[in-house]
Amino acid sequence: MALKSRHLLGLDGVSGEDIQLILDTAVSFKEVLERPIKKVPPLQGKTIVNLFFESSTRTRISFELAERRLSADVVNFAASGSSVSKGETLKDTARNIEAMKIDMVVIRHASAGAPHFLSKVVASNVINAGDGAHEHPTQALLDMYTLREKHKTLEGLRVCIVGDILHSRVARSNIFGLKTMGAQVSVCGPATMIPREISRLGVPVYHRLEDVIPKVDALNVLRIQLERQEKGLFPSLREYHRYFGVTKERVDRADRPITILHPGPINRDVEISADLADGEHSVILQQVTNGVAIRMAVLYLLGSSN
Amino acid sequence: MKKTKLIDSDGFRRTVNRLAHEVVESNKGGENIVVVGIRTRGDILARRIAGKIEEIEGHPVKVGTLDITLYRDDLRGKLDQPELHSTEILFDIAGKFIVLVDDVLFTGRTVRAALNALMDIGRPARIELLVLVDRGHRELPIKADFAGKNVPTSIKQEVKVLMEEVDGEDGVFLIDND
Repeated sequence: MALKSRHLLGLDGVSGEDIQLILDTAVSFKEVLERPIKKVPPLQGKTIVNLFFESSTRTRISFELAERRLSADVVNFAASGSSVSKGETLKDTARNIEAMKIDMVVIRHASAGAPHFLSKVVASNVINAGDGAHEHPTQALLDMYTLREKHKTLEGLRVCIVGDILHSRVARSNIFGLKTMGAQVSVCGPATMIPREISRLGVPVYHRLEDVIPKVDALNVLRIQLERQEKGLFPSLREYHRYFGVTKERVDRADRPITILHPGPINRDVEISADLADGEHSVILQQVTNGVAIRMAVLYLLGSSN
Repeated sequence: MKKTKLIDSDGFRRTVNRLAHEVVESNKGGENIVVVGIRTRGDILARRIAGKIEEIEGHPVKVGTLDITLYRDDLRGKLDQPELHSTEILFDIAGKFIVLVDDVLFTGRTVRAALNALMDIGRPARIELLVLVDRGHRELPIKADFAGKNVPTSIKQEVKVLMEEVDGEDGVFLIDND
């Protein structure tokens, strides 16, 4: 059993068998994370570089923990204060790092397609940790893992992704992955934040939470990316919260409990109300735990075959 | 391909009985014994051995399953990546007398991996090794404390253990691959 690709660049085009293999492998790593010694040796002697051209706390820490718990050697690279600020190109940065004999690259970049480009110029395994508004495959995998853990299966599960779909790589990866696994995916958000091409992905679009909440098992609430909102896509945060804020009051109107996911970091009382984020049907912290297990699974599956 | 039967189903049952008695005897009853089997077939054998010890001693014996995939020394360079399963040891092994169970003892590399895996889970008081068949050709300084049958083999031969739970019958076969 091995993945069909040497890289994980996105979930678009990844087969159901491969996603299944990653999710099943993560179950074993979750058990490792429960042990007193949370470290296993399969990537001993491998060197992994985390190339983060965009700031990130949780994803970088999650990857780094996953790498160390597989006994890999880890090198971190942050763009600020590096040779990139001196004008070096991505290709040269990567080639130079690879000349130092590394085996795998985890890359986050503000430009969509950067990991794909990298996979063509270096010999290492490349893992996409988020590229622009394109894909964030490990986030979607950990969302799917968490949903599967809670609901036993993804087949037929009704999931709505709420918020800024336009800027969201999390939404795109989730749509590809969930649809492959047989879930029913919809999106909900202001018209200004839903890309026009979304219908090509075969995803129903809602513009009112009231219309979609009665029809779903889970809501994946996206973060309003305050840093990407100069364009005035909605009038104010208060107004966004009034119309698209996922609140306990709104969710309680459904006739069954709805699982609440959020990729973090949370803007409390903007896209999600604080009581709901901390409520009994929220799996937000499970997502964080599962993130390490999923990343261990991906690193293990890519790094120990060759 | 020639297939020779080394142990039939009656012999299998008697061997498991004898091994369980040996474990009990050498541990003087063995209140502190837990049995851990190596996937796959070692875990099934472990459940049988534990069941037998319970029968003999009249107290429950805990059983766990160990998956050694992550500890293999041949993980790299293998064309076909082995499937990873979970380790299921739902009790604290610290201070316990562990009987580590596998179906066939060959190079000793699996046992080496299992020992490392166990040490990462806790600090047992002692680990003993129980195998159904010892076929020789060790590559590491490891030996079984309890062996069902010693079988001299050539390196080209294969020892196959069948168990009712997964194969529909109990038996041990020696296979000549020519």
